[in-house]
Amino acid sequence: MGICLPNPGEAHINGVIVPEEKAYEEAAKQFLMAKVPTIFPGPLVLWAWNEKAAKKATAIRHLYNTLKECVQPGQTPMLIPMPDYRPKYPKINPEVEINPNHPNLTIWHNKIDCCMFVGVHCHQANLALKIIRGGTSCYTVAMCAQAGHEDAMLSFRDASVEKIMKLAEWVRKLKGTVQPRLTSAKSGASN
Amino acid sequence: MSKERIKISEDLYDIMPSDYQDLVKSATYGKEDRGWKDIGNSKELIEQHSLCAGCPESMAFRYILASLPNPEDTVMVGSTGCTSLVFPMVAVHNIHSLFGNQNAIASGLKRALSVRFPGRTKDVVVLAGDGATVDIGLDMTLQAWFRQEKFTTICFDNELYANTGGQESGLMQKGFVAKMAPVGKLFDKVRLPEIARESGCHYVVQCTVSKPSLIEKVVRNAVMISREIGPTYLQLYTPCILEIGKNSMEGLQEMRDSEKPTERFAYKEYISEPAKQLLAEMAAKDKEKKAAAKQLASQGA
Repeated sequence: MGICLPNPGEAHINGVIVPEEKAYEEAAKQFLMAKVPTIFPGPLVLWAWNEKAAKKATAIRHLYNTLKECVQPGQTPMLIPMPDYRPKYPKINPEVEINPNHPNLTIWHNKIDCCMFVGVHCHQANLALKIIRGGTSCYTVAMCAQAGHEDAMLSFRDASVEKIMKLAEWVRKLKGTVQPRLTSAKSGASN
Repeated sequence: MSKERIKISEDLYDIMPSDYQDLVKSATYGKEDRGWKDIGNSKELIEQHSLCAGCPESMAFRYILASLPNPEDTVMVGSTGCTSLVFPMVAVHNIHSLFGNQNAIASGLKRALSVRFPGRTKDVVVLAGDGATVDIGLDMTLQAWFRQEKFTTICFDNELYANTGGQESGLMQKGFVAKMAPVGKLFDKVRLPEIARESGCHYVVQCTVSKPSLIEKVVRNAVMISREIGPTYLQLYTPCILEIGKNSMEGLQEMRDSEKPTERFAYKEYISEPAKQLLAEMAAKDKEKKAAAKQLASQGA
């Protein structure tokens, strides 16, 4: 059988429903362990189509800045946009963007081993997460504004500015306590 | 205007690819008198394309996208064919329909948009090749016209199925031999402009895309008439230079040769009475606006 999505106040880690606090801790750990922890903001936050979107964008930038401050030498956090969903194959420049129709190109190119999607419409996030899960060894986190994503390895639900800020707090809290996977043979994305 | 929503979040502006930044900074969304002369002076709504070098379809795309009166509130519906290779690079909302279904999709879309956004002008423009419009999708094309659906249908007529290797299409000229049609076409080219007129289209034009100013005029007219009155149809000759054995730089000349008065793409236009009236009103308003602007300028001088 498939996995159940979390209820409000919960999240899931590898399909197991957990209290949200546990998921913050695990997501922060995964970010701090990764060689290239990456945030993929989608159109719902990249475009300032309402005030809330702009505030979420500010929170995402804060999370990225926190990550940069908290990682160790050799780790390279990235912030790569998914500006829209057009299937721009093969023109996409994987250094500067990710596309839901072939997200693996960006994962492979930048050797991303942990990523978080935020502000991506559900159906496109599902598509991208499935492709990443099937074709790479990248750890996937979904900061979902709706009910969560079963295709992510870790998924929050009801994403808000507060939740993004809280994740940043957890990253700061765990700074220095997590050993990065810098020397692991299989670190980074593989196909 | 939804143009106000075309704004990048300030905190993530720097990570946006430059083509998106350019679209926000210098594209002509919301510009009232936008047209083909903006090409070169502003960011175009097409970011490169994957068509063959020198393909007239790419010219047609550029002129049409530069001429849409309301691109920020327009949805284009495409279909399978060379055109579908371009839509991923187009900065106007678009839907890729099943082969031939484009006018059915556009019908539902237009109606849904009118219900969802009652106070806002939303244009729907179908853009498909001749295979989708005249062969596989003829039923859907005609039924949309019979029902007087308020959207524009544009057919890129290259007279064959180009990207599958050159099969015979309904719009192929009689006697033409293509790579995948070695016997030669036995029947006349389907007279879709005449059929469109009889099927209830209020504005029908057949022409080539050799003249950007003409394309600007007919696209604008077609969209405005479909918005207010009913269906409109444009059949634009965009020859497939590969399939007719021409070189990259010969597409324009091919179109010029084919639009001579005795040739099959001589300019053809039909305008219904209500559409004529609307165009006259539009022209009068434009005149008034220009006169007012002139007066203002002279007062300022």
